[in-house]
Amino acid sequence: MSENEHHVVSPLLYLGILCALLIFTGITVWAAYQNFGPFNIVIALLIATIKMSLVILFFMHGKYSPRRTQLVIISGFFWLAIMLGLTLADYTTRHPEPSRSANPPAIAIHRA
Amino acid sequence: MHRTGELFGQYRTLEQQKETASLGMWIFLVQEILFFGGIFLAYTINRHSYPTAFGIAGNMLSLPLGAANTVVLIASSFTMAMSVWSAQTSRKALVTISLIATLLLGGVFLGVKVKEYKDKFDHHLIPGHGFDITYCSRNPAACHLEGKELSNEVEEIESGIKAEGGETALNAHAQLYFSLYFGMTGLHALHMIIGAGLLLWLILESRKGRYDANYNTPVENVGLYWHFVDIVWIFLFPLLYLINRHLV
Repeated sequence: MSENEHHVVSPLLYLGILCALLIFTGITVWAAYQNFGPFNIVIALLIATIKMSLVILFFMHGKYSPRRTQLVIISGFFWLAIMLGLTLADYTTRHPEPSRSANPPAIAIHRA
Repeated sequence: MHRTGELFGQYRTLEQQKETASLGMWIFLVQEILFFGGIFLAYTINRHSYPTAFGIAGNMLSLPLGAANTVVLIASSFTMAMSVWSAQTSRKALVTISLIATLLLGGVFLGVKVKEYKDKFDHHLIPGHGFDITYCSRNPAACHLEGKELSNEVEEIESGIKAEGGETALNAHAQLYFSLYFGMTGLHALHMIIGAGLLLWLILESRKGRYDANYNTPVENVGLYWHFVDIVWIFLFPLLYLINRHLV
């Protein structure tokens, strides 16, 4: 049955990943209380990305998956990057609509 | 439905059959990445447009509850991973135990979420006619706010009104935050509920001793789904709970 043998990740490694994830959760809460200016969000997302990578590589066996599966995983993030990148490029370079800045909108918005 | 892990005609080996199932699950998860990605994009654009209101609204969430839920969910991912390992090494009793632990931790997460939603309801933070971001600073007793916490919140709301150019604008933009908060955490919670249903099914099957080294594809694939839901929360937690904590 050698063909049916799947890579088995040891519980010790799982335990190590669990500890790493908990430590990173602590770090991200601590970092949120420090003033890094515009870098607060960068640090928060960086830590979240590291945590995600640990989950995908070890808990989800991404590291031990066949190349074809790894390609599918990477392509998912590639498409996500296209969606985020192109949309944000549009939003950050578009001139504000006239109705938004200078003149108030023609229809007043009533709020209770 | 095949349950015992026999080889189907279209595959050469059991290994190939297994890899195909895993690949299919991943393709589904890639679709989920893009599905949640669209909502994260909406969040990014609105936070970029209204940073002050998003910071103030974000600070109204309970960090202890959010952080506790992060720990609970990470722990549930660990027990899920352990159930996959138990199946791969044919420890049949441990498969069931790990799955039950995962289900219980998922239940704790959802219970805490219910408590958080209830608090937001009491604090007039549900988008709609009753929405009032100033409610807690004006009725501190109703929100159990006192001392330094209260003075911080009053100060924050005042500076927010100034920065946004009026209470109406602050309320409108804070509502955007809470619409996204309920949309994102609600969709995440829906995934958790579906995951809990899948876990329940696995537990019932596992009790019959179905999963072992030869056949454990359902455990593996539900595991992939459960870890994905964990990853979504790994991003939701800093984005929703940790926006401007250093300013408080």
